[in-house]
Amino acid sequence: MPLDGVSGYSDNLASLGEESFSKETQRMSDRSANLRPNSSKAVIEFRNVSYRASNQSVLQDMNLTVDGGETLVLLGRSGSGKTTSLKLINRLLQQNSGDVLVEGKSTTEWDLIRLRRRIGYVIQEAGLFPHYTIAKNVGLLLKIEKKSKAEIRKRTEEMLRMVDLDPVQFADRYPYQLSGGQRQRVGVARALASDPPMLLMDEPFGALDPLSRSELQQQFLRMREQLHKTIILVTHDVREALLLGTRIGLMESGKLLGTYTPEEFRSSPDPSVRSYLDAFGLSNTQDETGKTR
Amino acid sequence: MNYIFAHPSEIANSALLHMWMVALAMLLAIVIGIPLGILMTRYRRLRPAILGSANIIQTIPSLALFGFLLPAPWLGERAYRIAIVTLALYALLPIVRNTFQGITGVDPAVREAAEGMGLTRRQLLFQVELPLAAGVIMAGVRTATVISVGVATIAAAIGAGGLGEFIFRGLAMVNNQLILAGALPAAALALGSDLILGWIQGRLTPPHA
Repeated sequence: MPLDGVSGYSDNLASLGEESFSKETQRMSDRSANLRPNSSKAVIEFRNVSYRASNQSVLQDMNLTVDGGETLVLLGRSGSGKTTSLKLINRLLQQNSGDVLVEGKSTTEWDLIRLRRRIGYVIQEAGLFPHYTIAKNVGLLLKIEKKSKAEIRKRTEEMLRMVDLDPVQFADRYPYQLSGGQRQRVGVARALASDPPMLLMDEPFGALDPLSRSELQQQFLRMREQLHKTIILVTHDVREALLLGTRIGLMESGKLLGTYTPEEFRSSPDPSVRSYLDAFGLSNTQDETGKTR
Repeated sequence: MNYIFAHPSEIANSALLHMWMVALAMLLAIVIGIPLGILMTRYRRLRPAILGSANIIQTIPSLALFGFLLPAPWLGERAYRIAIVTLALYALLPIVRNTFQGITGVDPAVREAAEGMGLTRRQLLFQVELPLAAGVIMAGVRTATVISVGVATIAAAIGAGGLGEFIFRGLAMVNNQLILAGALPAAALALGSDLILGWIQGRLTPPHA
């Protein structure tokens, strides 16, 4: 990785931060994230973030802290601001007020390209480059970072195998020759090829048939075991949120209502949460996992 | 047809000169037009100015444009220079327009993925936008070339030579054979370049479902 020097910035910019060697995670108090004493531990942090698009408020006063290694799922209906939140992190969009910190440093102070290369990005329908083979899609960033051919090839094959695609069979195909599920796998392989510590996923499994979706979700869980990335995943599917998230952030009309562990989410009395669970037929608390129904 | 068969080398020479003028003009138009098209995608404010200028050039009758450039320094010294510049000016509109459309036509999801993964502007352009727009850009070059082969015959009016020579001579002498000796090879050139460039365009168009 050519980006080693970056983490050194984190300390002085997490303005309220004190060094803390505690490994405990503080997960419950996100609403007061900006007052937390050891915010330097947070990998991604929203501080009073608002975003407007053509005078329409899309995101209002969002506070959120994502710690290293967690999978935070942003759950909400279309237009609730979840995709916007995601794009603020890799600065595809820029907030009108407040601050988004990545590794303790405001995204506005990051070198844009270095910031994005530290963050893998997976979108719905994958957005693969149609003119490149699968291998070239996965290896593009490595090529740009001037890795050797042998290294690119090794890494590409490794990534394809990780997402259960046989390199021999798929490396030389073009995206249009693949199924939606296969394309999405390639999208994940591409995002992880340069081994970024963070991963943003925008409805990565949204456009897939239920069977492929379930396969990819299981694969996601297996992959997460191996890789220890900090992941933010956007979805409108409660089951997916409960299955994949270590924490769930519920969003509604531009506001983050709160964050919950899957257990908390299932048992929450909050009417917004209940209505979501009801809509997916998950309000029955006897259902332990939410994924086998 | 008798004239054509009686003077094959004369016609071949004119056809070569014709092709040479068109080819140089296309090269010039590509070198100017593609960057202009890219510029339009980057700077919204420039769009009306660039597209407007290219449009206005198209509305000037070609004979008049050849004439306008006659007094220009250096250019005016050789008729073929004027011919090449004029043809290039005419070719600008389709090339600029198609470059712009080709790039703006790139799937927004693909562009978002490329930006999100941290490609620089330049990398985005050369790795993603231009390769994906290549087919559309080539279609513009193809249109421009076919038009130029036709317009180039008029360049004979200012003494630039080429296949138009026969046409103008034939018109003056009311000799249909002479007119055809210029018109038929010119038509063949237009068709031939259309076929070849069409093939290249097909090769440059990225495969998709």
